[in-house]
Amino acid sequence: MKPQDIPFEALRGTGPEVQAIEFPYRRSADQDAATPARHPVVVVGAGPAGLSLAIDLAQRGQPVVVLDNDYRLSIGSRAICFSKRALEIWDRLGVAPRMVDKGVSWNVGKVFFHDQQVYQFNLLPEDGHLQPAFINLQQYYAEAYLVERALQLPLIDIRWHNKVTAVTPRAEGALVSIDTPEGAYQLDADWLVACDGSRSPVRAMLGLESKGRIFQDRFLIADVKMQADFPTERWFWFDPPFHPHQSVLLHRQPDNVWRIDFQLGWDADPEEEKKPENILPRVRALLGHDAQFELEWASVYTFACLRMDRFVHGRVIFAGDSAHGVSPFGARGANSGVQDTENLAWKLDWLLKGRASEALLATYGPEREYAADENILNSTRATDFITPKSEISRLFRDATLDLAREHEFARRLVNSGRLSVPATLHGSVLNTPDVDAFAAPRQVPGAVLLDAPVRRPEGQDSWLLRELGPDFTLLCFGPVPAWAAGLPHVKAIGIGHDLLDPQGLVAQRLDAQPGTAYLIRPDQHVSARWRAPTEAAVRAALATATATVTAATATAA
Amino acid sequence: MLNTQANLSACDDFYDALIQSHQGLSTEQSHAMNARLVLLLANHIGDPDTLRHALQLARGSAPAQAPVAPERAAITPVAPVHAEA
Repeated sequence: MKPQDIPFEALRGTGPEVQAIEFPYRRSADQDAATPARHPVVVVGAGPAGLSLAIDLAQRGQPVVVLDNDYRLSIGSRAICFSKRALEIWDRLGVAPRMVDKGVSWNVGKVFFHDQQVYQFNLLPEDGHLQPAFINLQQYYAEAYLVERALQLPLIDIRWHNKVTAVTPRAEGALVSIDTPEGAYQLDADWLVACDGSRSPVRAMLGLESKGRIFQDRFLIADVKMQADFPTERWFWFDPPFHPHQSVLLHRQPDNVWRIDFQLGWDADPEEEKKPENILPRVRALLGHDAQFELEWASVYTFACLRMDRFVHGRVIFAGDSAHGVSPFGARGANSGVQDTENLAWKLDWLLKGRASEALLATYGPEREYAADENILNSTRATDFITPKSEISRLFRDATLDLAREHEFARRLVNSGRLSVPATLHGSVLNTPDVDAFAAPRQVPGAVLLDAPVRRPEGQDSWLLRELGPDFTLLCFGPVPAWAAGLPHVKAIGIGHDLLDPQGLVAQRLDAQPGTAYLIRPDQHVSARWRAPTEAAVRAALATATATVTAATATAA
Repeated sequence: MLNTQANLSACDDFYDALIQSHQGLSTEQSHAMNARLVLLLANHIGDPDTLRHALQLARGSAPAQAPVAPERAAITPVAPVHAEA
């Protein structure tokens, strides 16, 4: 598709304008090729994960073909909570400012039991971060801004109306059969990445499964448009008078749209519950009988926590909902999908550039399977609290809520969803374990580097994450050692020299002293840290972080 | 390790107080009170190993239920069914 085919104005338009966009079908030269055209990376699915992956790869210089069986953006608001980490990734991809401008930023959540508030939490209780804890933004806006960015990158070729019908794995790639309005054709992908959603057709074509638990409960999403003076906070009710024995979640979205989630119980009939005449009384019970509102979108869903046993299957890789699924109420779905792609993009790029072997790419699986397990665990526990499975489980749930009114300890136990934070990749083979003592437990190897305000020497304010290199970064507290200039694909930054730390927050968050150094991966995770690094130690950590077996590490092993 | 040696300085007084504190409550209210009591005492103890030990001892000779990972059976993923409002 060529950029001129899409009215850019529409991608920046109102909700109805964005949702009305129909991306045109364009014939590709590949459809006329005598033998299937070969492409290094083919991504299936132009949702938040597929688009983020394509943009990341293109920014790294890799051409990407994106196949999408549809020709529209997300129908309905769907994923609405985008996390600080997703925004940090999207900032690197050039789309976060637009998302944050349009989105509703929030940090505070309140929990009610019956008609009383029992607990309030702030997800970002400290200053000095560029991104808020969360923004709420309808998925179609997020996708529109990602598509707009993708269209600015000539290396990305999005093919709408291109439906994958068969995948034949091969030793060196996968043969992809595609249906279009003008007939079928085939592509030869060196790497095929399936970002094709929870019902992943690619997964089914390979005979693979995503396995786990389905929770016996149903929830109704109602998006209503209204003028309301609720604050921009996440409000969660257990057993409120207006919806007895069930839970309700209220969330603000842009355009005066409010997301309301009503727990319905397992016996609810999804088809009946979706009817406006059944939705409106539920909303009125919450808002009052005189409330003026319009119903924008509704959906009934069931909670499920699922994942594939492995995310990497030869040359076919799964990312996002195709690989794993969690119940909502933790904002761990789309956000974890974007984090999958962040983990994958640089590894694929390094492999394709010949800087690393398939051993590096193989670590995508265990690292993101670990993160998926963490998301599933958190999500499962929240679901068990929200929808107790037994009488005794409900008894303890209600006891916790009772105590939470008065006692601080019980508020910690209240679980209305543990909201998405990036996984710390403890135990990853890419980490170099600490040899020195640090009093910064949030920044152990495997953790995402915390952001902090910085200033360039010429006086311009910036943010630490924005100043990192596209590949590795060596953050040195004090002058950069002379040997660091020779490190391949490493941007060395001397804090206090190349970049100032005016509030001292970088040093504080990293427990840095003069001489301390942190090695940061291309996906902004800490890979190693030292009090007094040597060139040999940093080179060894780089080899470890890229799954490169050097003569030294081979001997040591 | 949970201390299972005698540790209550006035054991009869405590037992009496425990029973008294439930007086006038329905069985349902008593169960709720016991649940709150468990949570309050658990927080006071704090140490996870001690609490695990207490859970084991309290469960006693009832058939031990090994902590099983949720069954990861093959099922069809359920995606939201979206309906136009």
